[in-house]
Amino acid sequence: MIRKTFEAEIQQVKDEVLMLGSMVEQAVLDSVEALKKRDIKASEKIFAEDLEINKKRFEIENKLMVLIATQQPMARDLRLLASCMEIISELERMGDYAKGIANINIRMGDEPLLKPLIDIPRMAQKGVDMLHRALTAFVNEDAEMAKAIPIEDDEVDALYNQVYRELMTFVIQDPTTIERANWLLWVAHNLERVADRVTNICERTIFIVTGEMEEIKATDDEFWKGQKK
Amino acid sequence: MQTENSPYAIETRNLSIFYGSFEAVKDVNLQIQKQKITAIIGPSGCGKSTLLRAFNRMNDFVPTSRVSGEILLHGTNLYGKEIDPVEVRRRIGMVFQKPNPFPKSIYENIAWGARINGFKGNMDDLVEQSLRGAALWDEVKDKLKQSAYALSGGQQQRLCIARAIAIQPEIILMDEPASALDPISTLRIEELMQELKKNYTIIIVTHNMQQAARVSDYTAMMMLYENTRSGTVIEYDETKTIFTRPKDKRTEEYVTGRFG
Repeated sequence: MIRKTFEAEIQQVKDEVLMLGSMVEQAVLDSVEALKKRDIKASEKIFAEDLEINKKRFEIENKLMVLIATQQPMARDLRLLASCMEIISELERMGDYAKGIANINIRMGDEPLLKPLIDIPRMAQKGVDMLHRALTAFVNEDAEMAKAIPIEDDEVDALYNQVYRELMTFVIQDPTTIERANWLLWVAHNLERVADRVTNICERTIFIVTGEMEEIKATDDEFWKGQKK
Repeated sequence: MQTENSPYAIETRNLSIFYGSFEAVKDVNLQIQKQKITAIIGPSGCGKSTLLRAFNRMNDFVPTSRVSGEILLHGTNLYGKEIDPVEVRRRIGMVFQKPNPFPKSIYENIAWGARINGFKGNMDDLVEQSLRGAALWDEVKDKLKQSAYALSGGQQQRLCIARAIAIQPEIILMDEPASALDPISTLRIEELMQELKKNYTIIIVTHNMQQAARVSDYTAMMMLYENTRSGTVIEYDETKTIFTRPKDKRTEEYVTGRFG
């Protein structure tokens, strides 16, 4: 096999993208768990750990640039490395959503949760589960697997709509709950965005394999869905 | 009959090239775009240079060589009976791997070819124009009477390009024109090619894939048939497609360095 060294380096980059991915998965799950338990310390830790995620992203980006500069990748290699750039940036933004959720928990201070969290942890679990499989499809360069994931975004959207309606009921019954409802709505919104970005990762994997750059029609107008018609 | 409006500078139809009974290049159908740079890439021994040399009948010098099929320039088969190979070479110039200036002055290197081609105009002007066209004028204008051998390798190669364009060809063939040059001289030649394509059609054979990717508009990928060892074009497309999403798996393997 020619280019053994280069292939080892590509594998190493993939491993690091996976590592970044697992940091993000953990951050998303932990951020919701901390909110559920109203554990401020845990949220502060997530807030701090986001710096690690950002650092890791830049580390990988740097590695990618060195590989592009020194190995002059072409065709599939080029698509892979260019897609890695995109994927790590998606992951970094997902990390920011987790940080945002941590931030909400911190800012809520002593206020109790408006309601026990049921659908929000489900959203987190579903989003992370999709992300995990999207990254597996990416490392295995499995376009079929990647194609099957975005449709599941609809489940996350449905949960979001559920949360939205529920929170609105609270607000209508007692307008003083508006701030606490709004906090939770933001949390749900962040989780909804996590799932949207999983779709972007799947698109990249398909691009690596097929060379076709196509936007997968995910219904990211979650708010309006079900409102119109 | 191709017209002046045809987008193609030159075309091959079912072109095969033989050395004796050995079919070195088999069944090539290429349409070379006018005033563009077309690169021919592929592993060693796949017939790239043979194909390139067929375009200006350079293979005629190999005694056992012959072709079947056609190479059409403005609709005329260059291998037709009535065709004078010298006239073909006047219209289709060539630059080789190793700079090969004549053992004469810089001035004479350019004037000589023009003179034997019956050039009647102002020779000083032609020499200046050609040297400017090859981005060499500023470096040599004060030493035109000096031997061409006193120039650096990169300058010699640009002199050969100046010599080629002095007889105003339509097409310039380049066979690894930068492989004997240092990186800076290489980039100069590559820059020069971008200037040249405003007036000429360029076909370049290169082993350096990055060079093909940098300079060319179109790329033809050649490969050997396993069984017959004949070379052929397996994929021909815009360069940006060949190097980002080639259709043929063998092209993919070659451009990513997995094969060849």
